Amino acid sequence: MTDRAISDLGGLTGGPIDISEHQPTLSERRIDAMMMLLRKKPQAFWVTDENRRTIESLEPKAYEESAYYERWVLAIRALLIEKSVLGEAEIEAKLAEVRARPAGYTREDQR
Amino acid sequence: MSSHDNTQDHHHGDAAGHDHTTFQPDLKEPTEDWEFLEIALRELLIEKDILSSREIQDEIEAWENKSPEGGAKIVARAWTDDAYRQRLLADGNAAVGELGFTVEALKLVALENTDKLHHMIVCTLCSCYPRPLLGVPPLWYKSREYRSRTVREPRAVLKEFGTELPVTTEVRVVDSTADCRYLVIPRRPNGTEGLSETALAELVSRDSMIGTAEAFGLGGKRNTL
Amino acid sequence: MTGPHAIGETVRVSAGLPPGHVRTPLFLRGRTGVVIRHFGDFPNPERLAYGLSGLPKLHLYQVLFRMDEAWADEVGKESVEDGTYAPGDTVAADIYETWLEPL
Repeated sequence: MTDRAISDLGGLTGGPIDISEHQPTLSERRIDAMMMLLRKKPQAFWVTDENRRTIESLEPKAYEESAYYERWVLAIRALLIEKSVLGEAEIEAKLAEVRARPAGYTREDQR
Repeated sequence: MSSHDNTQDHHHGDAAGHDHTTFQPDLKEPTEDWEFLEIALRELLIEKDILSSREIQDEIEAWENKSPEGGAKIVARAWTDDAYRQRLLADGNAAVGELGFTVEALKLVALENTDKLHHMIVCTLCSCYPRPLLGVPPLWYKSREYRSRTVREPRAVLKEFGTELPVTTEVRVVDSTADCRYLVIPRRPNGTEGLSETALAELVSRDSMIGTAEAFGLGGKRNTL
Repeated sequence: MTGPHAIGETVRVSAGLPPGHVRTPLFLRGRTGVVIRHFGDFPNPERLAYGLSGLPKLHLYQVLFRMDEAWADEVGKESVEDGTYAPGDTVAADIYETWLEPL
């Protein structure tokens, strides 16, 4: 069904709904906050519909397998590159540096 | 995206070795690709003065301060003040504004549940939700299962939330596909005539404002959200 | 000013399958419903999604569909029997004017 956008789910079958409550993790809260701030004026790097379009453009496998905020952070990455706010190379370099940090350090956010 | 091979150099002893977790014990080391990506993007944005650490923290706190209590206040007012209820139904943005809430750039639409008509809200295309009034949406609202099944089998979905309605009540699934955000005004429980607005608000659960449940009955469960 | 459609008017959702970002769910394409609300005019999301202005704005309507109409392809499905919806149940969606055709 290539005519169906990956995000367009109405009427598909599915299993039971997991209605348990879930406290968002710090990573999730930060992603949420970054998304909101980057859309907020006066910066307004993009609008909600661009964000939706970007999420819909994820590879179907990535959309299916990623959690909600994982899709959001992938969209933030893609949009920051698309809007020339950040470059792909600098993101990859920073990511490599972050991953190489000793345990514990990545959690520090007093900057 | 879900590979776990990025933990290679990290020692993830759960108990020992994490001295600095004592002040925030719920924090865990990032292990997933996307968690590292969050750190990398955030730090780059801060380095470039596009965002500040403070701004991010303030935004997180601002969202944590928004909760279904906001929506519950609005519903309780609508239950007790008929003129307010009429204004809320006619112009949601203006009416919630009277109580100090703003829903920017979007049209807020209040939908009233009755014995004959029960609204329940879903977003089949993404996860649109009246966040200024209800806070950050629950995980299930954003889940594939809720978003796919609700428009096709609403009564089966309602049952999973413990809600069963007579067939004489029209279940109207409202798919929030565009620029409107919906707030359900649940039915006011019987026997609550003497209750104060504050006491009534405690009966208004988050799920009753999404329409997957009804408001808590008198003497029933109280809202803890 | 309610735009091209009136409250109570029967309309059909375009059955088109355009590429790109759209806000009309697939399950309602080609289905017939009734306009129950007019919300005003809003920037066009199909243009906003690509960094464009979203102008001209489009009239936005809430359209109501009977469940049996939305799921009519499921031939022989007895709506009451499987308990997933009742005969009087409905689904409403917000649809921009460009997607609606008068009947």
